[in-house]
Amino acid sequence: MAIATAPGKKKRRSTRRVEKRQGTRDRMVVIAMVGVPTLLVIWLVWLPALASVALSFTRWNGFRIDGIEWVGTQNYRDIVNIYPPFWPAIQNNLVWLLFLFVFPTIFGVLIAVILDREMWGSRFYQTAFYLPVVLSLALVGFIWQLFYSTDQGLINAVFGSNVDWYGDPSINLWSVLIATSWRHTGYIMLLYLAGLKGVDASLREAAAVDGAGETKTFFHVIFPVMRPINMIVLVMVVIESLRAFDLVWIINKGRNGLELISALVAQNVIGEATRYGFGSALAVIMMIISTVFIVIYLRIVFKEERG
Amino acid sequence: MARPTSREAQFSNTLPASVRGVDRRSLLRGAIGAGALFGGASLLGACGSDPAPVASGGASAKAGPVSFGINEAKGSGPGYERFIGMADAYTKNTGAAVTTNAVDHNTFQESINTYLQGTPDDVFTWFAGYRMAQFAENQLITDISDVWPIDGLSDAFKKSSTAPDGKQYFVPVSYYPWAVFHRKSVFEKNGWTQPTTLDELNALMKDMQGKNVTPFAFAAKDAWAPMGTFDILNMRLNGYDFHMELCQGKQKWDSAEVKNVFSTWATLLPYHQENSLGRTWQEAATSMANEECGMYLLGTFVVDGVPPEAAEDLDFFTFPTLDASIGNDALDAPVDGFCVSAGGENQEAGKAFIKWLGSAEAADAGNNAASAPFIAANSAASTAKYGELQKKSAEVVQNAKSIAQFLDRDTNADLANTVITASLQEFIKNPSDIDAITASIQQQATSILG
Repeated sequence: MAIATAPGKKKRRSTRRVEKRQGTRDRMVVIAMVGVPTLLVIWLVWLPALASVALSFTRWNGFRIDGIEWVGTQNYRDIVNIYPPFWPAIQNNLVWLLFLFVFPTIFGVLIAVILDREMWGSRFYQTAFYLPVVLSLALVGFIWQLFYSTDQGLINAVFGSNVDWYGDPSINLWSVLIATSWRHTGYIMLLYLAGLKGVDASLREAAAVDGAGETKTFFHVIFPVMRPINMIVLVMVVIESLRAFDLVWIINKGRNGLELISALVAQNVIGEATRYGFGSALAVIMMIISTVFIVIYLRIVFKEERG
Repeated sequence: MARPTSREAQFSNTLPASVRGVDRRSLLRGAIGAGALFGGASLLGACGSDPAPVASGGASAKAGPVSFGINEAKGSGPGYERFIGMADAYTKNTGAAVTTNAVDHNTFQESINTYLQGTPDDVFTWFAGYRMAQFAENQLITDISDVWPIDGLSDAFKKSSTAPDGKQYFVPVSYYPWAVFHRKSVFEKNGWTQPTTLDELNALMKDMQGKNVTPFAFAAKDAWAPMGTFDILNMRLNGYDFHMELCQGKQKWDSAEVKNVFSTWATLLPYHQENSLGRTWQEAATSMANEECGMYLLGTFVVDGVPPEAAEDLDFFTFPTLDASIGNDALDAPVDGFCVSAGGENQEAGKAFIKWLGSAEAADAGNNAASAPFIAANSAASTAKYGELQKKSAEVVQNAKSIAQFLDRDTNADLANTVITASLQEFIKNPSDIDAITASIQQQATSILG
């Protein structure tokens, strides 16, 4: 960010002069340092992405190159018209985004603010809340399976209920979201706690001198100061909800109420099924949705820098 | 490369050697004829591509160090113990080291495509049927016609190991029938008997409900599990031939026959355990073991899901007749076995190993090493370790006129894994929505099968 904002007219002129003096060797170093990562990004990100786009217009079983068959937009038409899990998946991805944004984020911020007051045992609580973040989502899925299992799970055993937490398509999405939140809250808490520690103590003192209460201080002084952290949290939420995959895959491979675009891509290309063209078309749709969020994010960031 | 010209041709060769209306004996005779035909075809094929075809079979393959991919995770029970027992016995016999690579069953299956195209083990555990044929067609597994015939493996098994090009790519080791399991003691205590007709089944289910026992344990969290129910109802109502034609795409999924299967299933669903979509088959097996449920339609691997005392108490019967003109002599009995991967480093050693794996000696080594035996495909294998369940299974399969592999082993993998799985779960959710569900399957089948 410093590079993007700093260069004024004066500075640029001086850089140019330095460059002339430094000669070709340094230029080579710069080219290598920019070029190698660029090539890597092109090779590992852009080429596969473009290949996916190309494959999405074909039918291919993934075995031999000469088996690729051009089918035009048929995959896209099939996805939208006759592929039943597609629309539920779009809806579930949006629900996922909204849920993560509302509950774990607010809860994580709340915990961070409370723990920041250096109450007794706050180190212990920090560790406890952060612990789930260290676990892989696959493990999180397994741990919650022990709670949610219909016949042998803790929740039904304790409450004597007979709810099919992971199987009933009207509630399993919420069960999974709670499991995700359990992990996500700790993440947000840590990010926010780090931000709060960095807030200048004199700001709080000044607010207190001006007679502002705790709540008012937080919303009018601390929260605006924490804008960079808020941005990071926002981006984390969007990224986490778009890449949501592990948990539903562990539970039921993203079927029966837990459809997510990422899981549908995997179902079509990772398992025994080899619908590479169809799967690529789903991946392209996911890429387009991600791009929308990325563009929004970049616009906000650039606007901020200009302002 | 002898690629099949049509899907139909590709399927017709992978059909198990069974035709409805013919008894087992004449069927075997037929299979021998077919086997000879295929044998001839494979010789011709070998002459075309290989200047020195090995007619005597496998003699040239020398034992050497091999790697062995196992689709049972370490410590997962008898399945793992048997394969390790076989690998150890091979090392003992020949001195050739076997490096084993054990992976969880479902994970192995789901990563099979990347596994075979990466750096696969020389020999790996796999299934007969369409699943073997598609890898043969795409040259991911090695032609092992030269290790056939194998002593003790019948021509029917040879046929199930043969791909559409007429060559063998597979060595069977075991099979397991799908049937209705129950606890003997529970049936005795309640005075229940095994039903053979729909009326008897209905009476039994009503009586069970009256005694607060759920008639059928049922799990559909693993999307393949409900396929067993679909298969047996389909074969009871429409017959084995219809099952095969449906799998091959020659019959439509929105036909009256398929709708009849779903509507019959819908009348039976109230007798099944509720909340099946969140339950694994192990959990369902447990609820049969602890007597909450009376019966469970599953493969014989159900014994792996129940405690030992319940396993000894298990008995089974084949699903009763639903239509007298169709009878009840067809069943699912998937064949498990091995393939040599084309990407494996030690092709010759792999062939030597796979030939031995098909032997009675290998089957015995596996069964002696495990707490529970499998039903060996090799007819010379010892049955000494078989429990009553295995003896009865072997008998039931021998008496069956038609043997299907399983819905997801007989049909196109894309259709089975991305469409039928989700659709069966959808049906379990909305049993009244049959028309929409069958129409959706057919639309997608048309698109996938082209």
